[in-house]
Amino acid sequence: MKVVVCVKEVPEASARTRIDPGTKRLDRGGAAALNPFDAHAIEEALRLVAAAGDGEVVALMMAPEGAADSLRKALAMGADRAVHVADDALAGSDLVATARVLAKAVEREEADVVVLGQQGSDSDGAVLWSALADLLRLPVVSQAASLELADGKVTVKRQTEYGYDVIESPLPCVVAVSDAINEPRYPSLKGIMGAKKKPYESLAASDLGLAAEEVGEAGSRTVVRSLSEPPARGDAVRIEDGDGDAAEQVLAFLVERKLL
Amino acid sequence: MATLVYLEHHDGELVKGSLGVLAKARQLDDEPAAVVCGSGVRELAAEAGRYGAARIHVADDVALEAPLPQPRVDVLASLVSEQGFDTVLFGASVLTADVAAALAARLGAGLNWDLVDLQVRDGELVGTRPALQDSVHVEVGWSAEPRLALVRSGTFDPVEAGGDADVVDVAAELEDFSRRAVMVESAHAESEGPSIEEADVIVAGGRGLGDPEKFGLLEELAKALGGAVAATRAVVDAGWYPYAAQVGQTGKNVSPKLYVACGISGAIQHKVGMQSSGTIVAINKDPNAPIFEYADLGVVGDLHEIVPKLTELVRGRKSA
Repeated sequence: MKVVVCVKEVPEASARTRIDPGTKRLDRGGAAALNPFDAHAIEEALRLVAAAGDGEVVALMMAPEGAADSLRKALAMGADRAVHVADDALAGSDLVATARVLAKAVEREEADVVVLGQQGSDSDGAVLWSALADLLRLPVVSQAASLELADGKVTVKRQTEYGYDVIESPLPCVVAVSDAINEPRYPSLKGIMGAKKKPYESLAASDLGLAAEEVGEAGSRTVVRSLSEPPARGDAVRIEDGDGDAAEQVLAFLVERKLL
Repeated sequence: MATLVYLEHHDGELVKGSLGVLAKARQLDDEPAAVVCGSGVRELAAEAGRYGAARIHVADDVALEAPLPQPRVDVLASLVSEQGFDTVLFGASVLTADVAAALAARLGAGLNWDLVDLQVRDGELVGTRPALQDSVHVEVGWSAEPRLALVRSGTFDPVEAGGDADVVDVAAELEDFSRRAVMVESAHAESEGPSIEEADVIVAGGRGLGDPEKFGLLEELAKALGGAVAATRAVVDAGWYPYAAQVGQTGKNVSPKLYVACGISGAIQHKVGMQSSGTIVAINKDPNAPIFEYADLGVVGDLHEIVPKLTELVRGRKSA
């Protein structure tokens, strides 16, 4: 059983993120971390291989060179090997350009299952798996609330707007898991130490046989035109319940807004 | 413009969100086309004429019965290429997000998502996308056709503006890999009691409640306010509260006059389902919870103390 898990690095939750007005891209200069949604994907990949009895989890990331720590966290959690696609030519890649890079990298691995997290916490993008699956010409199931492997196929309980569906797919396939599917393990000290010795492969776009016009801004068909302030939602009021009279203040607010 | 709007359907009805996108398409293009995929959906598809579609393409095939994305991508890819559509619009949902992304990959096209507006400016299509917890609006565009867009759910309302439309059949020629995933069970929850979609007041709970019994506190407050109780995905998946009450991206979209969020951090998955509420009150222990970014009244404190007290105060006021 070989599972490839696609991860990304995002600005840390506590960091004040901004979009660079010059490049109109997310400013990735601040503190960064593994996308929290991807920790669930790594956990599920580890569980799949454990359930199969043997196999390998490969963590795959497309990101600038400096993002190695996030990929090492996947190794510290238990992934066996890391593949890091880092190339200045990839900057500014949109959904499809990014999917092209990941598809080429996944193809080299001949994985049984490709697992992704539910969304990127920075871009709120929640569509990459489907673009990736189409390029790989593999079946895809998203919004997985549970994932089971038996008899060469996966059975996925998937949540939609209307309830839960159960979907079966033969291997190989692409699965996007929700953050409700599991509780990701914390890397142990042993895991963190061991991660440094695990295989870590760095690749450029050319190693994947990708031409410059297929990736980065040149390979992207979406553009960011400008940035603006959103319309204000009105003045927000903040109460700290220091005096224990928060309930009274909420009541007064509701009365003032004629909601009672 | 040659615009195609993907119309989603559920339980024998066209989904309101995609009809809203059709209404928007009609402002951009005098004669937008629509496409409906499913099994036994010809009659349903014809209804799109009333909502402004000039022409309706119908792929009616048993292979399209289950709401799975990949067979739909095959239908749309040939339709868009053969008919030369330059713009394809979707109302965002679990299904359409997967359809749109795969279609973009197939056609080598640009997809912009989570749009809250679309305009034609100087002959170019421009989308508005809120980013970074809606703290900034990004104007997005496309450098080539076809231009694909997912519109944030609930952004536009349907308009009954049209009349009859031509209905054109489309063949469903499916790729082998598109047929491999199959739906073996569809367990759609039935809602009981007053639906949260119709309630004027909603009291919602998340993980911060601590344990499932604490929903009792919310039920008491909801009763006092004359509203309904809702829940986040996290607690529904944990089995604390029924799915029918779930608000969020997967779950219901609600827009009550008052939304009281208790112990809810406010992840985007939840936010998209309730951000159009009239007034949002958030009670949470964590002063850094994202929900405070978009609450009208944010209360940093212990909901286990505040909620019962508030319930008493509301009751007292109503009986006075």
